[in-house]
Amino acid sequence: MPPYLSLSIWVPIIAGVVALAVGRDRDATAVRWIALIGAVAGFLVTVPLYTQFDITTGAMQFVEFQEWIPRFDIRYHVGVDGISVLFILLNSFVTVLVVWAGWEVITSRVAQYMAAFLIMSGLINGVFCALDGILFYVFFEAMLIPMYLIIGIWGGPNRVYAAIKFFLYTLLGSLLMLVALIYLYSISDSFEILEWYNVPLALKTQILLFVAFFMAFSVKVPMWPVHTWLPDAHVEAPTGGSVVLAAITLKIGAYGFVRFILPIVPDASRYLSGFVIALSLIAVVYIGFVALAQADMKKLIAYSSISHMGFVTLGFFLFSQLGVEGALAQMLSHGFVSAAMFLCVGVMYDRMHSRQIADYGGVVNTMPRFAAFMMLFAMANSGLPGTSGFVGEFLVILAAVKANLWLGFLAATTMILGAAYTLWMYKRVIFGAVANAHVAALADLSRREFWLLAVVAVTVLAMGVWPKPFIDVMHLSVADLLAHVAKSKL
Amino acid sequence: MTLNLLPVLPEVVVLTAASLILLIDLFIGDDRRHVTYWLTQLALLLAACVTFKTMQLESVKAFHNMIVDDMLADFLRIATIAAVSLMLFYSRSYLVARGLFRGETFVLVLFALLGMQVMISGNNFLTLYLGLELHSLSLYALVALQRDQARATEAAMKYFVLGALASGILLYGLSMIYGATGSLDLDLVTRAVLSRQANPLLLTFGLVFIVSGVAFKLGAAPYHMWVPDVYDGAPTAVTLLVGTAPKIAAFVLMLRLLSGALQGMAFDWQGMLIVLSLLSMVLGNLIAIAQSNVKRMLAYSTIANMGFMLLGFLAADLNGFSAAMFYTIAYVFTSLASFGMVMLLSRAGFESDQIDDFKGLNQRSPWWAFIMLLVMFSLAGLPPTIGFYAKFSVIEAAVNAGFVWLAVVAVVTSLIGAFYYLRIVKLMYFDDPIDRSPLDTRADTRALLSANGLLLLLLGILPQPLMGLCVIALAQSNFL
Repeated sequence: MPPYLSLSIWVPIIAGVVALAVGRDRDATAVRWIALIGAVAGFLVTVPLYTQFDITTGAMQFVEFQEWIPRFDIRYHVGVDGISVLFILLNSFVTVLVVWAGWEVITSRVAQYMAAFLIMSGLINGVFCALDGILFYVFFEAMLIPMYLIIGIWGGPNRVYAAIKFFLYTLLGSLLMLVALIYLYSISDSFEILEWYNVPLALKTQILLFVAFFMAFSVKVPMWPVHTWLPDAHVEAPTGGSVVLAAITLKIGAYGFVRFILPIVPDASRYLSGFVIALSLIAVVYIGFVALAQADMKKLIAYSSISHMGFVTLGFFLFSQLGVEGALAQMLSHGFVSAAMFLCVGVMYDRMHSRQIADYGGVVNTMPRFAAFMMLFAMANSGLPGTSGFVGEFLVILAAVKANLWLGFLAATTMILGAAYTLWMYKRVIFGAVANAHVAALADLSRREFWLLAVVAVTVLAMGVWPKPFIDVMHLSVADLLAHVAKSKL
Repeated sequence: MTLNLLPVLPEVVVLTAASLILLIDLFIGDDRRHVTYWLTQLALLLAACVTFKTMQLESVKAFHNMIVDDMLADFLRIATIAAVSLMLFYSRSYLVARGLFRGETFVLVLFALLGMQVMISGNNFLTLYLGLELHSLSLYALVALQRDQARATEAAMKYFVLGALASGILLYGLSMIYGATGSLDLDLVTRAVLSRQANPLLLTFGLVFIVSGVAFKLGAAPYHMWVPDVYDGAPTAVTLLVGTAPKIAAFVLMLRLLSGALQGMAFDWQGMLIVLSLLSMVLGNLIAIAQSNVKRMLAYSTIANMGFMLLGFLAADLNGFSAAMFYTIAYVFTSLASFGMVMLLSRAGFESDQIDDFKGLNQRSPWWAFIMLLVMFSLAGLPPTIGFYAKFSVIEAAVNAGFVWLAVVAVVTSLIGAFYYLRIVKLMYFDDPIDRSPLDTRADTRALLSANGLLLLLLGILPQPLMGLCVIALAQSNFL
């Protein structure tokens, strides 16, 4: 069997390096094609991960194992289970979208732009399949560098502030995680994540480890109150950057919860579950209201992301099969829907160079096809049945109601708030009379944009109508995870 | 007893070469000074080859135990020679443009190297001290080489006065240990201290002075005052020399004195190093934020990095010493590339020592911006660069020795540090250039500086060879 996981990591990275090597601005077309070929190849090598995935086991599959740094017993050990495999596919898919979306839009330093996204895509795949603590950390940190450059070079007017804030926020969390990883090594003599699942730990130690990991991942998710970097980063980043941030990097934070926190410190997780659930509900309800008040479309979607991710952490800490599966489904769905929303804003921004809701109005009159697509994505964002957004939210609410009626009630407010802020924005931007001369001059979707959005639209509908193929993949791995959570390590 | 010169052959080569070059240079005109330069490089190459050839696994003592030739010494000799050679390659254009491309420069550099090599292989208080003095005196002279520059002269004066004071303090401490143990030989001192026969008060008293003297050479806070002024005032080529190879020598000095001779007092010096390490990391990283001069910023970064190195050292076991050694070497080669970049940007009559001079480097030359990016991320300790594994291994050593709280403080200070390294990256990539003049240097400088930068990345992806070498060198030299 070919090493699919290594290919999924290294194909995009090599394509990125090649793009950089070719990279002169006068060969921009060549660079774009190299990037597209690299991204498509990167996606194709991940397809067998799904088609050849064995859903009758919850164990790691496609495992590759290689000594890397014997001095500290660090290994190049990768593998995927039902929890991580779908995110590798999601990431590789989104990379194709991003390269495609930046096709004509990015005209300065094309090679560096494309290379940054491709290299980042490889590193993110590495994050999702690393089974060695330090390997995970290396990918986790290295990913910051391209994202920092993307926001800082191609971003909006306040990009420097946003880029540095993004970097330092994330770094603070991850450095504490590094100490936690080293601490686990010092007591278990191994950096194998899976071995840490069985290391006995005192409750006090577990709580300290929980805090360190929680700092790293809650910043990444992001959870209230460490979410403030996200609106800045989203608003300033170029469209591609926002798409990757929302669709992928937020998922890495949530993924960290299920790969590290729940199974490694189960007792602390149960002990502190009330705390995490409270933070999650604040994100769902309070940030939902904050989103309602935004005047900038990207900011609105950024806050909506935080609110949706609150649902994910809520689902994890209910410790039930429904809750965790719902949360994972929500992560996948949000990956597509938020990417689509940012692509839509990008389409408008490329024409009008404004993200302010007030600058728009009556776009449907000039861009009917675009309006139809955005309608679908807005509905998915507010969790309408039949779209992917519904599946995850419904499962999590179900799990919440089973745990506690009031919890379910508060969680369900997202259905109302989500619909309110998304559809209200949609109404103000798309419907009504043509607001000004700029809107009147808008041209409808180009062929590139049409197919870009069409591909995402099909995926969103497919996931909503028939989520079984996705849920089946997760089933046994989630059951294994919950078994680890249920078992005390004291 | 026959005289065995083999253990000191590298030193013999350097000394002979320095004396010969001093003579030959008298007969060479100013227009053919490059002959001296290439002779110096040749001497360095020869010394490195000799060291490599005479390398052996077991350690050999020579000259009545005055000198020890072990794996550690051989390995670090080669590292210092490489650092000095790279320093000469990087600074050639810089020296020519400032009229410093003279015979004295090369001879002084060779004598400084000789001093460091003696320090690296010393096995007696006197040998160690002689090596220290030889390399310090050469460095004082090098800093003052640009004698018409008030700033350089001032820096040299500060360096000399403070350096002399530190040497005195170290010597005072050594004399106390001598008084308590009755010996200057490191092996005999080790035994005397371990046997608990020596007067503990006298020993501790001496230890305090020794630690202070070593901390001064390393530039660890609170003995760091000279570092920013000397880095800033000296010609960048000399700063490059002061900031790199001597750190290796100082590391060995510390290793031989503290973990060798005074290993019986590990508990005492551990406490002192904790204070030094904490202060260096916090002060270095905090003050660096406020700097607008790149050389001063790198000076404070050195202080912070030495704090990190001490973090590994204070674990006081093989794991910790090898982590500290790896850190020192990683730091020296990162630092070489950083000052190499500062010199690359400078021209005749233009120093390029402000951080704003890095503005828009990505538009002027994407390649050099990339190399500087690697250097900055390596200094900040981010993967995939060697700096990450350096920080990782010292933190691992500290956690393993039970200092989890120190590790937490260390990572928080490195977060502060990340801010000012990121600022350079920000200037290079996000801002527009002030000065668009093309960067041209000699082809050999370009090739070596690129190789140096890429090495930081390569060793960041595959750090095992260097890590393994550090462990083997220390284990073979009986530092346990």
